[in-house]
Amino acid sequence: MFESTQLNRKNRTRQRLFKIGLGSMTGILILPVVLIMGMLIYKGAPVISFEFLFTSPTNGMTAGGIFPALLGTVLLVVVALLASVPLGVAAAIYLSEYAPDNWITRAINLAIINLAGVPSIVHALFGVGAFVIFFRFGTSILAASLTLAIMTLPVVIVATRESLQAVPMAFREACWNMGATRWQTIRSVVLPNAITGILTGVILEVSRTAGETAPIMFTGAAFFLPLLPQGVFDQTMALSLHLFVVSTQVPGMPEALPFGVALVLISMVLLMNSLSIALRMYLRGKKKW
Amino acid sequence: MEQPGQNTSAGVDPSFDQLNRDWYIDKAVQVLVFLGGISAVVFIIGIFVFISKEGFGFLVGDFNFKEFFFSPNWRPTSENKETFGILALMAGTASVTGLAMLIAIPFSLGAAIFIAEFASGKTREYLKITVELLAAIPSVVWGFIGLAIMNPIIIETFNVPVGLNVLNAGVILGLMAAPIMTSIAEDALKAVPDRYREAAEAMGATRWQVIYKVVLPAAKNGLLGAVLLGVGRGFGETMAVLMATGHSINIPTSVFDSVRALTATIAAELGETAAGSSHYQALFTIGIFLFIITFIINLAADLIVRGVRKG
Amino acid sequence: MVKLSVKDLSISYGSDCVLQDVNFDIQEHEIFGIIGPANAGKTSFLKAVNRMDMFNPAMKVGGDITFNNVAVNKIRNVYGLRRRIGVVFPLPVGLPLSVYDNVALAPRLGGQKNKAELDVIVERCLTRAALWDEVKDRLDSLGSLLSGGQQQRLTIARALSQDPEMLMLDEFSIAVDPVTTMRIEDVLKELRNEVTIILVTNLVQQARRLADRTAFFLEGRCVEVGVTEDLFTGEVEDQRTRDYVEGRFG
Repeated sequence: MFESTQLNRKNRTRQRLFKIGLGSMTGILILPVVLIMGMLIYKGAPVISFEFLFTSPTNGMTAGGIFPALLGTVLLVVVALLASVPLGVAAAIYLSEYAPDNWITRAINLAIINLAGVPSIVHALFGVGAFVIFFRFGTSILAASLTLAIMTLPVVIVATRESLQAVPMAFREACWNMGATRWQTIRSVVLPNAITGILTGVILEVSRTAGETAPIMFTGAAFFLPLLPQGVFDQTMALSLHLFVVSTQVPGMPEALPFGVALVLISMVLLMNSLSIALRMYLRGKKKW
Repeated sequence: MEQPGQNTSAGVDPSFDQLNRDWYIDKAVQVLVFLGGISAVVFIIGIFVFISKEGFGFLVGDFNFKEFFFSPNWRPTSENKETFGILALMAGTASVTGLAMLIAIPFSLGAAIFIAEFASGKTREYLKITVELLAAIPSVVWGFIGLAIMNPIIIETFNVPVGLNVLNAGVILGLMAAPIMTSIAEDALKAVPDRYREAAEAMGATRWQVIYKVVLPAAKNGLLGAVLLGVGRGFGETMAVLMATGHSINIPTSVFDSVRALTATIAAELGETAAGSSHYQALFTIGIFLFIITFIINLAADLIVRGVRKG
Repeated sequence: MVKLSVKDLSISYGSDCVLQDVNFDIQEHEIFGIIGPANAGKTSFLKAVNRMDMFNPAMKVGGDITFNNVAVNKIRNVYGLRRRIGVVFPLPVGLPLSVYDNVALAPRLGGQKNKAELDVIVERCLTRAALWDEVKDRLDSLGSLLSGGQQQRLTIARALSQDPEMLMLDEFSIAVDPVTTMRIEDVLKELRNEVTIILVTNLVQQARRLADRTAFFLEGRCVEVGVTEDLFTGEVEDQRTRDYVEGRFG
C-alpha cells in the first residue's frame, strides 16, 4: 500500500514532467516566430503609411511606396481565382458526387496531391515552358496567373470536396426519390449548404497565391516597371517579388524599407488566413441539421 | 405540372417517357465535372511534358550521366569547358533539408503529442489555430527573415564572417516545415481510436506509457507520412533557401559553409540564360530531377498514410 | 386496372439473393400492404420499383416490373418515373431548406414558377399531411430542425407535392408517435381515391386497418398475397402467414 503511493507519486511527477517537456517543445516551435513577428513589426511599422501603400516607388526603388506591387498582386490573384475556382469546384463536385471507386479516381487524387507537392520553381519552369513559350502568352499576367492557378488548384478542390461531403447522404436520397436529377439535387440542396466551406477554401487560395514568388518570377512579374499594367498580356509588379528584390538586389536600400514590405505581405496573408479560420468557426456554430 | 399518364388498353401514354431539358442538362453537367476532375491529371502530366520538352535538348546532347550526378563542378557559364555537375547542389539541398528535419522532427512530434494528448478545449483550439497560421507564412518572408534577422544573429553569436549558410537555411526551413508536420502528425494521433487508450489505461498504464506503447505505434503510418511530407517540402522549397544559403557552390564541411540548393540554382540562374541554350536546358533538367524526386516522396507519403506499405 | 405489375422479380446484392420469385399485381386506387419480418426484402422491393437500384452498382434486379404498362427498366427518363411515385422512408428527412421550400421543391423542379400557385400547392400538401396548422406561421423555419413527427409529415407533404400517381410508404411510423401515426393513417385513407398506395409495415394491425390486399414476404420470397381481412381471419394458403399474423414469430 505504502509502495504503491510512492510509485503513484513518482508516476505523477513523471507525467507532469512530460507534459511540461512537451509543452515547452510546442512553445519553442511557436516562440521564435512570435519574436520574429515582433521584430518585423518593430522595424517595419515606421515605414508603413498611407503613402507607402498607395504611391509608387521612387529613387530607384529605394524610397516611396509599393502601390504597383500591391496592385499587381491583386490582379494576379483575381485572374488566378477566375481560372481555378470554377475548375476546382467542378473537380470537387465530380469527386464528391459522381466518382466511382476506380483507378481513374485514384489517379485524380494522386494528381491533386502531387500538384500541391511539386516545388514552386518547377511550377515556374512549367509556366515558362507552357504559357510563356508554347501558348505564346509571353511573360504576362496571364501566364503568371495561370501558373499560380494550377499551383493552388488543390486548395480549392480539397476545401470544396470536404464541404460537399459534409452534407449527409440522406438529403440527396430524399431528392433523388422525388425525381430530381443529380444536378438538380446538387444545386438545390448540396451546393447551397457547401458554399461557406467553399468560400473558406477560396480565401485560403487567395492567401497562398498572394505569397508565392517563384512561379511568377519568370512568367510575368518584374521589378522595374515604369507603368502600371494595362491588360493581361502586360507584365506586372508583385508584392512577393518586390520583397525578394528589395532585400537582395538593390544597392543603397535603407534598412527599414524591406521590413515594411515584409510586414505588409505577411499581414495580408495572416489576415486572409484568419478570415478563413473565422469563417470555419462561424460555420461550425450555425447548425442546419 | 405534369399530368398523370393516361392508361388505355391500347398501350402507353406517349408523354410518359420523355427526355426533357433537365435530363440533358444533367448529362451535360456530368461531362463537365468529369472534365474538371481529370484536369488535375492533365496538369500533372502537362507539367512533366513541358519541362521535359524544354530540357530535352540537354538530355540528348551534352548530358553525361556520370558528370551530372557525380561532379561537384557546376560551371554552366565557363568559357573553357561548361560542366554541369549537380553533386554540390544536391549536397546543398541535402544538408539544408537534413538539418531542417533534425530540428523539425523532434519538435513537431513533441508539439503534436502535446496538442493531441495533453491540451484540451480552448488551449487546443488556440494552439491549432496558431500552428495553422504559422504554416501560412510565405516562403519569401521566411527568406527575408533568414537574410535580415538570422544572418546578423549567426554572425554575432558564432563569430563567423558570413551568416548565410547551412545553419541559417536549416533553421529557417525547420521552422517552416514544422507547422505542417505538426498538423499532420496531430491528425494521425487523433485518428487513433479512444478505445485503444482506454484499454491501456484500464490495465494500469500511465499517460506516458499509453502514448509511448499504444498511441505512437498505432499512428506510425500517419507520423511517417508527416515526416515524408516535411522532407518533400524541404526538398522543394525555393525562395527561403535561395535567400538564406548564400551563393557558394560547394559541398559543405560545416554548418557555417554557404551552399547552393538545386531549387535555388534554377531560380538564380534562369533569368540570365538564353532560351534554348545548354545552360537553360540543363536548368530544366534539374527541374525534371526535382519533379521526379518529389513525385516519389509524395507517392510514398500517400501510400504510407493510407496504410499500405510501399516496398 | 393494374397500376403495378410484378413478374418473376428477383433482387440480389452481389452474390447475396434477398428476393426471388415475386409475382403479384397492384390495382389502381388500392392500398396494398406488404408485411413480413425484417430483412425479408421489402425495402429492396420498393427500391427496385422506382429504379433507385441505379445508385447501387452491387444491386441486381431480375424479372419484370411494369408501371402503367411500361417496364421500369426500359424507361430512359427515370426522373419522370420517380416524379410519379412518392416515397416515405422510415427515418424522417427534413431537407435543410425552409418548410415552404421543402414542399415547393418538387413543383419548382417541375417548372412551376408562379408564386401564387406555389402558395396554393404548399398549403394544400401541408394540410393533407396534417402539418399545416403547426407550421403555417413559420413556413420560413428550417425543415431539418423540426421535430421527428413533424419531419415525417413534412416528408409526406413533399411526396404529395409531386402530385404522384403512386405512394410508397416504408414503415413510416417507426420514428413517429402513435397520435401522429393515427393522423397519417387517416390521411392515407382519404388519399386512396386519388393515388395508389403501397404500405410496407411491420405493424400487422396497421395493415389490417388500412390495406385492401396484403402480401406477406418471408425470407426473400413472397409467400402469399390476398385480401387483407382473409389473412387475418385465418383463410390463408400458407400456414406461415397465419403464424406471422398471429404473432407466433416476428
